Amino acid sequence: MNTAQNFAKGLIKENPVLVLVLGTCPTLATSTSVINALGMGAAATVVLLCSNIVISALRKVIPDKVRIPCYIVLIAGFVTMVQMLVKAFAPDLDKSLGIYLPLIVVNCIILGRAEMFANKNKVFDSAIDALGMGAGFTLALFLMAAIRETFGAGTFCGIEIPVLIDNHISILTMAPGGFFVFGLLIAAVNKFGKHKPKKKDFGCEGCPQAASCGKTGCGEIKEEATEND
Amino acid sequence: MTKLIIILLSAVFINNYVLSRFLGICPFLGVSKKLDSATGMSIAVIFVMLMATAVTYPIQIFLLNPNDLGYLQTIVFILVIAALVQLVEIILKRYIPSLHKSLGVYLPLITTNCAVLGVTILNIDEGYSFLEAMVNSLGSGLGFFLAMVIFSGVRSTIEGRDIPKSFQGLPITLVAAAITSLSFLGFGGIIENLFA
Repeated sequence: MNTAQNFAKGLIKENPVLVLVLGTCPTLATSTSVINALGMGAAATVVLLCSNIVISALRKVIPDKVRIPCYIVLIAGFVTMVQMLVKAFAPDLDKSLGIYLPLIVVNCIILGRAEMFANKNKVFDSAIDALGMGAGFTLALFLMAAIRETFGAGTFCGIEIPVLIDNHISILTMAPGGFFVFGLLIAAVNKFGKHKPKKKDFGCEGCPQAASCGKTGCGEIKEEATEND
Repeated sequence: MTKLIIILLSAVFINNYVLSRFLGICPFLGVSKKLDSATGMSIAVIFVMLMATAVTYPIQIFLLNPNDLGYLQTIVFILVIAALVQLVEIILKRYIPSLHKSLGVYLPLITTNCAVLGVTILNIDEGYSFLEAMVNSLGSGLGFFLAMVIFSGVRSTIEGRDIPKSFQGLPITLVAAAITSLSFLGFGGIIENLFA
């Protein structure tokens, strides 16, 4: 797989949110406005890039048995760094993202990529994979936020849109709208997506809890996601 | 006392962790297919939330705050929760095997559940006292339980219906979750007025 393909797969074919259905919590919570979505996407991408590079560099050092706790500590360290940077340079974003910024630690995309990709591949490939996945995450967040903000609040990036501002459907920016728009987007991907990823592409091993869960929870989600072909 | 009741009720109904704060969506979508697994998962979540708050709250107040180590919150909390869940699992396995059998499979799933880390951080952010923090954790756990049980009922009626092909599976589940979440919007404002 060459570099370009490696980058592009995260955008569409294996989009972490719309195809792999990882990281649903931040997707639903921070897609109320475009600015928030882009901020969240950027923060998660930075963490993903750093963690993928370091985990890939240390893949021969970290013993297999304790790898998950090691990954979590590394990721938590990077999340804390990003948290401090956002607090210092973008205090407004920090306020609007609130609890979801520290919760990047438990974002499945980051642990998932560490498990699926970074611990098997070279540093450069892992970095490209992280950029692709991060861009895919940001793209999905941006799409959701664009729909929710345009029709829910009648604005785009805070700029008022002439007709929609008087006829906005405010429920779309509230909690039910998040679920609804996300459902519609996944349905659209199912309908128009040409490539149906095979189950082995992102089977249970992509889930950080795969070793222990015995398909109690995460397995079912992914099975459903693939049952649609 | 009134404040505790308000905290409890608003954690269950208004700021419901799943349906209005979007925390713990993965187990909500994954384990809600059957009522018994939904119940088992929720009881395990309530249990871990209470334990995690009981452990992380004193750590923040007596260890991190006096030493100006507040910035280590995220790292410390996730490690404490992960270790705690492991410990609980080992103890249950050794002393209460029957309980381990029914809750055991759900415990490892909870370690990286954002609802648990979320509730411990929110308790600190909101500046609750220890008692208030515990009540908030209990309320959040109960809210998760309520959402899971209601949603497993909703899903059982979806099962086997004639659904357009592209909506089968996850999309229709999310749309159903939207409608369930809509019903919780109706609680907004009720609890403040109840005690006004």
